[in-house]
Amino acid sequence: MSSLRSLAAAARYLSREEAEALAKRVLSFAAAESTRVVVNSGSESNTRFAVNQISTAGDGYNASVSIISMFGKRRGSVNTNRLDDQGLREAVAASERLARLSPEDPEAMPELEPQQYQSPPAWSEATAALEPDSRARAVRAISEPARAAGLVSTGFLEANGGATAIANSKGLFAYGRATELALTTTVRTEDGTGSGWAGIAHHDWTRVDPAALARRAIDKARRSANPSAIEPGRYTVILEPTAVGNLLLRLQNAFSARNADEGRSFFSKPGGGVKIGMKVVDERVTLWSDPFDPEAPSSGFSGEGLPLKKITWIENGVVKNLAYDRYWAQRQEVEPSPFPGTLRMSGGTQSLDELIASTQRGILVTRFWYIRSVDPRTILHTGLTRDGTFLIEQGRVTRAVKNLRFNESPIFMLNNVEALGRPERVNASESLGPGTPIIVPPLKVRDFNFTSLSDAI
Amino acid sequence: MVALDAARAAGAQYADVRFSRNRSQSVTTRERRVQGINENDTFGFGVRTLVNGSWGFACSNDVTRDEIARVARQAALQARSNRAAQIRPVTLAPADPTPNGVWKSPVRTDPFDVALEDKVALLLAANQAALKVRGSRFASSSMFFLREEKTYANTDGTFTGQTIYRTSPSMSITAVSADNSDFQNLQSTDIQPMGLGYEHVEGAKLVENAPRWAELAIQKLSARPVEVGRYDLILHPTHLGLTIHESIAHPTELDRAYGYEANYAGTSFVAPPEKVLGQLRYGPDFMNIVGDREQPGSLSAVGWDDEGVRPERFDIVKNGIFVDYQTTREQAMWLDWWYKQRSMPSRSHGCSYAQSWQDVQFQRMPNVSLLPGERDLSWDDMIAATDRGIAIVGDGSFSIDQQRYNAQFGGQLFYEVRGGKITGMLKDVAYQIRTPEFWNSLDMIGGRSSYMLWGAFGDAKGQPSQSNAISHGCPPTRHRQVNIINTGRTA
Repeated sequence: MSSLRSLAAAARYLSREEAEALAKRVLSFAAAESTRVVVNSGSESNTRFAVNQISTAGDGYNASVSIISMFGKRRGSVNTNRLDDQGLREAVAASERLARLSPEDPEAMPELEPQQYQSPPAWSEATAALEPDSRARAVRAISEPARAAGLVSTGFLEANGGATAIANSKGLFAYGRATELALTTTVRTEDGTGSGWAGIAHHDWTRVDPAALARRAIDKARRSANPSAIEPGRYTVILEPTAVGNLLLRLQNAFSARNADEGRSFFSKPGGGVKIGMKVVDERVTLWSDPFDPEAPSSGFSGEGLPLKKITWIENGVVKNLAYDRYWAQRQEVEPSPFPGTLRMSGGTQSLDELIASTQRGILVTRFWYIRSVDPRTILHTGLTRDGTFLIEQGRVTRAVKNLRFNESPIFMLNNVEALGRPERVNASESLGPGTPIIVPPLKVRDFNFTSLSDAI
Repeated sequence: MVALDAARAAGAQYADVRFSRNRSQSVTTRERRVQGINENDTFGFGVRTLVNGSWGFACSNDVTRDEIARVARQAALQARSNRAAQIRPVTLAPADPTPNGVWKSPVRTDPFDVALEDKVALLLAANQAALKVRGSRFASSSMFFLREEKTYANTDGTFTGQTIYRTSPSMSITAVSADNSDFQNLQSTDIQPMGLGYEHVEGAKLVENAPRWAELAIQKLSARPVEVGRYDLILHPTHLGLTIHESIAHPTELDRAYGYEANYAGTSFVAPPEKVLGQLRYGPDFMNIVGDREQPGSLSAVGWDDEGVRPERFDIVKNGIFVDYQTTREQAMWLDWWYKQRSMPSRSHGCSYAQSWQDVQFQRMPNVSLLPGERDLSWDDMIAATDRGIAIVGDGSFSIDQQRYNAQFGGQLFYEVRGGKITGMLKDVAYQIRTPEFWNSLDMIGGRSSYMLWGAFGDAKGQPSQSNAISHGCPPTRHRQVNIINTGRTA
């Protein structure tokens, strides 16, 4: 285990050598026909602020192993963070006991042979080195200007650094390390009539400008004060990149090939089969996942140790690929294509301001919240706008409007695209954590379906 | 005590330490196969310190004397870093210390003592029973168990040991139309997660219930799409628990009312406290909401919360009027003025909780329950009394805004009610509400015999987000003239 450098040192995690030694130790205790070990280690640090002051903070370290034991097609698994020899022996024994007790799984796949991997550019020393004082300084870069402006800031800074290693009894070994961070803030007016949000997720702290986030959130808080009611209905919307990301993340699960083959997905073809090769959205839309994207990297391997590669889901509006796990890929006689934990969408060259300027009447949306599935047949979701919703008239933002509930599908949204702006990295996860790295453009979309008004600010 | 001594030596005026070992087991199946059998075991400790009115927290899984002392010092150091941005120092409400407390969930059979073969056999038998029903295409079922052994100590002299259990059996059945043009799913929401042992799995009678659930999933394929409009709604406890969770339990969290959760979970329409306490009419006179951590088998039941407070049942809404928030020791002091006005002590309601040793404790909801009415009305009585309405069973899709005004809820089963009778099944139903109007439209409430506990494992709040488990007890209710939308679209 890494020695501690100081009381508040840089992110602690297991090095390649340490992780490999631990994995080999686990494998040496194993008696199953095949065994896989996943070693996760890392540090999580965070500082939370509310009402212009720090409310809580945390620093923690954990390392754990997952053991997957197989006897023929029988399988069991155990996770533990007790890493002394006795703890590991007990965990291996428990996993093997579970495997022996388990009925044969007809879908069990054999462990992979050793693989070749590339390393995604997912590590940032600056992120790994963030300690409580630096985090407190970043928070003050937001809370002080907010306070000076007579506004109330609340937010969260989270920075994690860690490593994942996978080893199996066939000699496979994969190791990758990654940092991730998220900084978000909501700035509200003191009377509670206005609220503005800004945020970022990235793996690299040097790409984060807390003061710039503060300026955006403060500006939105001021401009969003005292919103007026408008009639719900179908509107042209300008969706900021975060709002686009909020909805596109809902497509991830829908890309399951198996659900599509089984007739319980939007991607099921009526009468049987799947929609690969069919045009389902506007031809300007291309969606892909690339673990090696320098702006939005993800792990270079799956949980089984399968190397991940770039996959295009939708190309020029046409479904190109669906996500196949190893079993379903073998059954359908295709290459396995597990979903890498990253997503990117094509865009255009226009700025957000240009999209607004091109709009006679519409609604500008900062972000969406509490998005939940309503009908998986159409990927229909409901949710609400939040923290900065404005009316656009004659190409200008004219006033703040009350938040609105939508019932809409990302598929319908991508069919109704009027214009695409320049893509950028956003924080689009509902929990505002680092989440899935995602790069998306702002969009101008017609006929977006708002079904009711909300009084929430 | 190493942690508390080290924290004090590093300048902390108050400190607490939690050691916890969480052991969980899950068994998941679909059709004739076991998808996964997994056990998870995590052990470690977290130290929280209060230095000159600022909090610090640090944790580790390396449970050695040196590491415990280091982590305690780190928590104190961090509290000092956080002081730089301090405006209002933290003060804690008094709490009676418990020098040697022991508590255990009321389990009859420890789920970890039950043979795995029995669990697998039960789930596969349930799937088989569902798939025997002609037209049901997919069946999945699972069991999840948690045992948390938690030892807690603080510098006020409290030392407690607790063993907390949670158990959740569940099933999901999907029917697909012959031409693949439609599919409908049914979740077994009449079985709720509970703070009980394996006896809860046996009581769920998955094999016996599976054919009925399968029939219902198939019936949903031929249900009639709902016509939009306003209807009287009759809500079953298996559905209403979620509506209570979102529209009453969350908005009455005190940290939300003061803006502490503004960035993620949101604030609350039940604010500011000085304008709503004792004044806001939440619902009719017969509406009473209580918070508790003691209902036997409920998910929030504990002996002491995560800062050593013994929780007591407290009123949140009394005779329709909002009277109190959920609090921790820090937060109870914020309402000092209100408690003095009511001649009540400023004490925490015992709502401090952290999901594991790795997470800092903060205010989380206890069980928040709607008390039954005085007359012992049943579900059937309420249907018989309704001329034109929709009865909803089981929770489904849900979404609510960040101040808890505007919500939309789906469900599992929707029944058309005409002339006091169920006349058919509907689909694509969701209702949209504005919380104050919705609860004030409550005009009938079920009695004691129709009261049951709804439960949730995954209630998210905080940054980083932590998961809480709670139950919400309630009888069925009827609400007048609620807005219904049709969610069906064609792709």
